[in-house]
Amino acid sequence: MAMSSEESCSYPDESKLELGLGLSLGGGSGAKLKFKPSPTAVAAAGPWGQYARILTAKDFRSVVSTKECLSSSSSSSSSSVTKANNNPFCGVKRTAEPSSPPGRSGASQVVGWPPIRTYRIQSLVNHAKSPMTEEITSVVDKCKSKNTIVDKTNCGSTLNRNVAKEKGLVKTSLFVKVNMDGIPIGRKIDLSAHSCYATLSQTLDDMFKLSAVVGARRSNAEEQVVKTRPSTLLNGSSEFVLTYEDKEGDWMLVGDVPWEMFLSSVKRLRIMRTAEANGLAPRSNETNRTQSMAQI
Amino acid sequence: MQTDPNPNKSKDSPTNSDSTESTQSPSPFPDDVLGQVLSFLNSDKDRSSVSLVCKDWYNAERWTRTKLFIGNCYSVSPQIVATRFPKITSVTLKGKPRFSDFNLVPQNWGADVHYWLVMFAKVYPFLEELRLKRMKVSDESLELLATAFPGFRALSLMSCDGFSTDGLKAIATHCRNLTELDIQDTDMSDIDDFNGGWLSCFPENFGSLEVLNFASLDSEVNFDALERLVSRCKSLRVLKVNKSIMLDQLQRLLLQAPQLMELGTGSFQQELLPGQFGDLESAFSNCKNLQTLSGLWEVTSIYLPVLYAACASLTFLNLSYAALRSVEFGSLLAHCPNLRRLWVLDTVEDKGLEAVGSSCPLLEELRVFPADPYDQHLHSGVTESGFVAVSRGCSKLHYVLYFCRQMTNAAVATIVQYCPNFTHFRLCIMNPGRPDYLTNEPMDEAFGAVVKTCSKLQRLSVSGLLTDLTFEYIGKYAKNLETLSVAFAGSSDWGMQCVLEGCPKLRKLEIRDCPFGNAALLSGLEKYETMRSLWMSSCNVTITACQQLAREMPRLNVEGQDGMPHLLFSLFDRQDLLLPSLMLWSGTRAVKMAGEKQSELDHSFLLNENMRND
Repeated sequence: MAMSSEESCSYPDESKLELGLGLSLGGGSGAKLKFKPSPTAVAAAGPWGQYARILTAKDFRSVVSTKECLSSSSSSSSSSVTKANNNPFCGVKRTAEPSSPPGRSGASQVVGWPPIRTYRIQSLVNHAKSPMTEEITSVVDKCKSKNTIVDKTNCGSTLNRNVAKEKGLVKTSLFVKVNMDGIPIGRKIDLSAHSCYATLSQTLDDMFKLSAVVGARRSNAEEQVVKTRPSTLLNGSSEFVLTYEDKEGDWMLVGDVPWEMFLSSVKRLRIMRTAEANGLAPRSNETNRTQSMAQI
Repeated sequence: MQTDPNPNKSKDSPTNSDSTESTQSPSPFPDDVLGQVLSFLNSDKDRSSVSLVCKDWYNAERWTRTKLFIGNCYSVSPQIVATRFPKITSVTLKGKPRFSDFNLVPQNWGADVHYWLVMFAKVYPFLEELRLKRMKVSDESLELLATAFPGFRALSLMSCDGFSTDGLKAIATHCRNLTELDIQDTDMSDIDDFNGGWLSCFPENFGSLEVLNFASLDSEVNFDALERLVSRCKSLRVLKVNKSIMLDQLQRLLLQAPQLMELGTGSFQQELLPGQFGDLESAFSNCKNLQTLSGLWEVTSIYLPVLYAACASLTFLNLSYAALRSVEFGSLLAHCPNLRRLWVLDTVEDKGLEAVGSSCPLLEELRVFPADPYDQHLHSGVTESGFVAVSRGCSKLHYVLYFCRQMTNAAVATIVQYCPNFTHFRLCIMNPGRPDYLTNEPMDEAFGAVVKTCSKLQRLSVSGLLTDLTFEYIGKYAKNLETLSVAFAGSSDWGMQCVLEGCPKLRKLEIRDCPFGNAALLSGLEKYETMRSLWMSSCNVTITACQQLAREMPRLNVEGQDGMPHLLFSLFDRQDLLLPSLMLWSGTRAVKMAGEKQSELDHSFLLNENMRND
């Protein structure tokens, strides 16, 4: 809901224009257009003057981001206006939150500083952090205190994330793709917004609408397990299981390794039909599959 | 009737030229000779001058202009454009202000290209080229583009968003004559195309592509389709793939297109068998025409040598996504004697920059990006000595973008002594308000040295602890300055006033988090008419001043932004409230809202400007 006063203005017709053709602004070349607004136009100006408009928080992803927002799914998903309306103060769509400059308290964060394009920041954080050979030895030492297994290609990024968490700095983003069997369109999720498997699973549940809500809204009652725990993806009771592809290209079940190790090796996620994950033929689960597809 | 081919000779005030006449009555065809002569004019600046000479020249110019450049999509309405220029075949449109790159502009601010396309479909069905920067482009817009313009050839989207691979499918399917598809720095809607099928939509008999850049797209692509496409497009000279393309796939692509002049590799991280390594090396050595190399994501140093044979003719090396260290970086540089432009990450450190100074005598442009911009506790990256080392060895250096954590006044003074020809000096000391770390003084003298020594300076970004003195220097000495970016600097209104009263060529001014207030804002009333835009964010400007500004300068668009919903209601009561953001630009009148309603009115055509300047 932005306010604009220009609709109420009357526009002077062009005959009132003094002429400066091919107007070029600046650079000192050519004559300038002089425009004389008619008196009525000026008088019709609203409180902002004729030419101003006000954007509201609905338009604006706020300056201040909060930790709560970081863990919500909206930080990793769309730029739709509805999301903006729901979370007016949510962190910016491309997270990679900057840490506060020295001298500022940790509460206020500086958006857009240092001035690096969000596209570049995302690329950097996700992919450009493989430490080179010289760095390995020092990194290995630090890693040993954090992980049991040292993964050379990922140690740097793990190290930085750990250091960041240690110092209480805001996490940088780690977007991975999530695809669900049977759905052609994938989504993306920011793993660094989560600190454990439970919240990740919950978010994916919401994103792909996997579980029935307690006190179901749905009229067609499914034979779904009522949630007693936040998510069904990880407890084996769902139609689907959550798997991930690691850096070596292997598909693994999510939840087996410590969270940090998972973060350092995950490339992308896949919500796989349980039957497939177990190596069973999908035909035996045909009915259930249709049912669960219907609710999506 | 003047037939003088030199359009700059006379610039009489256009008392007879009448834009209304040309819009209200059918325009006479221009004199044949004049028309032919003017068709040679390519620069918008020249064309603007020409159109001011007299009515006939105005008409001749408008009938022969084929390229349209609009630096701010809200500065003019599509209707005005359509009326004035009937023969446009190429359009360049820029939308959101630069600060939108850093999340300082609301998500749905606008700059939607769709209403422009609707107009173009009606008036310019013969449109061939469309280049957009920071605009919102929906899939619907791409579908319209693909179907409404049978001769469409070249699409370039830089920092645009709002589309998905569905839109690209439409382009691939319908644009039979496409020569250029160039997508840069895109943050796509996160609805991904799992099938990656858009590339497969190019018809099997389609082979006209010369430029294909999908490096910033996330989706995996169908490699077979890509390989076939590359082999069909014999004129392909620019190929930039995304991270989904692995090294063995890259090798196959190179075999199909050894004629490439610009290559963006995919991911450089893959376990290669020895045979594959050799194949890759020989594929690269076949690329004799390579001038630009980029991509190199996740590069591991052991694979860098495959590139060496292809680097002899390289003029632009973009390593800004490759976390290289100084040793392997130096080895690579030794094979690139002809480099003019170099983008790196600060993982190469000062030692790497010393290698630049000694290996790249022809270097004109250097950009050093921080690998870890938010990490303040690890002291890595580059310092002032790296910058000095480059300047010592590269006397032709005129464009620099440098991110660092420490700098001294003395170092900058030395740098500009070695390289007095800077046109673009963008120094970002990443900790806001950081003084000279040796003397603990403000960095005023550093930027003073820059503006005093570099008379050709067009663009300046300042940082560090700065008082009003910096801005006194800038206002007094920066005679050619067109773009100035300021953050966390200055002491009082006086600083901004100095800039507004000096800097005769100032066009774009961006200010954030500075203690400049209403007095400063209002001191620039005359100045704003000659500028393209002013952006102020988190300064001390209140709504009262903006209202006054809007009143006194009806030709200016004044736009304020409010981050807090509750403030909206008290905005008109509490006139003293500080405005979070203010954007101001000259040109036409007020701007659309969500309905994209355009007010038809005057016009302004902005000076021609290279898209790369940002």
